[in-house]
Amino acid sequence: MTESKFHGRIFRFGDDINTDYIISAKHKSLILDHQQLAKHLMEDIRPGFYDELQGGDILAAGENFGCGSSRETAPIVIKEAGVAAVVAKSFGRIFYRNAINIGLPLVICNTDGMREGDGLEIDLEEGYVQMDGCQERIAIAPYPEQVKQIMALGGVKEWLIAAGYVPAKTE
Amino acid sequence: MSMTKQGKTIVEKIMSSHSGVNAYAGDIVTAAVDLMFCHDGNRPLGAQVFDSYGVEKVCDSKRVIQVIDHAPSCPTESVARMHAYMHAFAQRQGTLIYERGDGSCHQIIPEQGHVKPGQIIIATDSHTCTLGALNAFASGVGVSDLASAMITGQLWFLVPETIKVVLNGALPSGVYAKDVILYLAGLIGANGANYQSIEFTGPGIDRLGVGQRMTITNMVIELGAKCGIMPFDEKLRQWLCGRVDGDYQPVFADADAAYCRTIEITLNGLTPQIAKPHQVDHVTPVAGAKGTPIQHAIIGTCTNGRMEDLEIAAAILRGKKIKKGVSLIVAPASRSIYLEAMEQGLLRVFIEAGAVIAIPGCSACSGGSYVGVPGDGEAVITTANRNFKGRLGNPNAFIYLASPATVAASALTGRIEDCREFM
Repeated sequence: MTESKFHGRIFRFGDDINTDYIISAKHKSLILDHQQLAKHLMEDIRPGFYDELQGGDILAAGENFGCGSSRETAPIVIKEAGVAAVVAKSFGRIFYRNAINIGLPLVICNTDGMREGDGLEIDLEEGYVQMDGCQERIAIAPYPEQVKQIMALGGVKEWLIAAGYVPAKTE
Repeated sequence: MSMTKQGKTIVEKIMSSHSGVNAYAGDIVTAAVDLMFCHDGNRPLGAQVFDSYGVEKVCDSKRVIQVIDHAPSCPTESVARMHAYMHAFAQRQGTLIYERGDGSCHQIIPEQGHVKPGQIIIATDSHTCTLGALNAFASGVGVSDLASAMITGQLWFLVPETIKVVLNGALPSGVYAKDVILYLAGLIGANGANYQSIEFTGPGIDRLGVGQRMTITNMVIELGAKCGIMPFDEKLRQWLCGRVDGDYQPVFADADAAYCRTIEITLNGLTPQIAKPHQVDHVTPVAGAKGTPIQHAIIGTCTNGRMEDLEIAAAILRGKKIKKGVSLIVAPASRSIYLEAMEQGLLRVFIEAGAVIAIPGCSACSGGSYVGVPGDGEAVITTANRNFKGRLGNPNAFIYLASPATVAASALTGRIEDCREFM
């Protein structure tokens, strides 16, 4: 199950954050362990970013977050680094599917007013985000039905198990 | 339910025929997948994710292919471990695997006859959209989606809206398919076609060979598109002849299909285009970058590593030497192109000009290949499809994207050139 309500500190990014920026391909040829790879999250555009994270953090971005390659490593390292959710105006479509498939919540909404360091509450069930100290709730674009099902179960593997394609007990 | 009369785009037709649903843009369908492939650049591998699901056999061993292309020189121990895993998986599953040096998946898969018009193809690489040049739906996915399709033989899709791009006229001398797609990237931006399909049509397309069409569809992902689809015509029929059996159904859009946007481009006035660092949509006519010093030039990749590309580059380099201090890497897109380039004497032209020939595949394109990593502050001009900061393994380098002609001309002088002055 994916948590439907959480609160975290915002780390702010701009438009067109591509998957090469999220995790550089050069590391994929050297490091197989995801926790080790996660230390290089956003390294080329924000050196030391991994060390800034405290767990339960939220990345807030502009348009087209996760554009570029199909590497599932991108949402994997974001999740491994302890990020709770990514909030953006829009996402690259392959990244979007990959994140949902591994159970990393993505939220599509207006992120214009979100600043680095602000606290943000996300309520997937009620469909809003709200910045600390703000009365206004910002509406979240609803998930398509298929995405809602996968998200509710926590990822595509859990969905395949529920649908009977995959045995429940796997290593 | 009443029958709707609305005509369909190509992608709506393919999604309908593969799902059994009368599908239109905005519908979510579960569609049969004709072909799925994955490569050695994925972490985890498609095979590893499949195995982690605890299922013994893939749905159909004939529909699953692995390609070793992203790190064909096998530069690290980790890569060696991944290649070994892929081999063991292929043996266990009875699936096809293409080996180090066979070429880039987006070249070798269609070249070896695995792709037919009208098919649905998914692969764990964003440039899978290349195969739309063969009048098929082809789209990149992640390893989890691929693994689930390896089990179920199908995948869910949101049927995309379609942008129609009409290419009118004919390309002037010195201007190529690469310039067309770079121009389009500059025109609509990196997010300009996100979640959408792009259908290409018009007399400008009819004049392009299948290889050049692949250059265009290769880069639709740089505009965010889910797929880019080229029309079926006599040129494509001939290209497929001898590669696949004739048992396929070309797909044509209905005259009254609904498009979310139509873009018309007249090719006659187009000039050589350059994407400047660090965004593919940061495009300028070559005049806007001319004279910029470069230290590295790269010709090849799944975007521009085919015979017509190598011929264009060789015509500019023949009998000449590249500028001292510049490195030129030529990477044919596949083993058979490598062989043909050798037989045609093109490799001699490149080698005599001072080039290094790299292993077919993703050499000098993905930083994970560890080929042609630039130094701090250095500039690279390449025929590849991405110029993101750090793309070639060093975030302190600057990458420019251009056609094979522009790259070849620039290698001769060590600065970005207008290739039309070298013909």
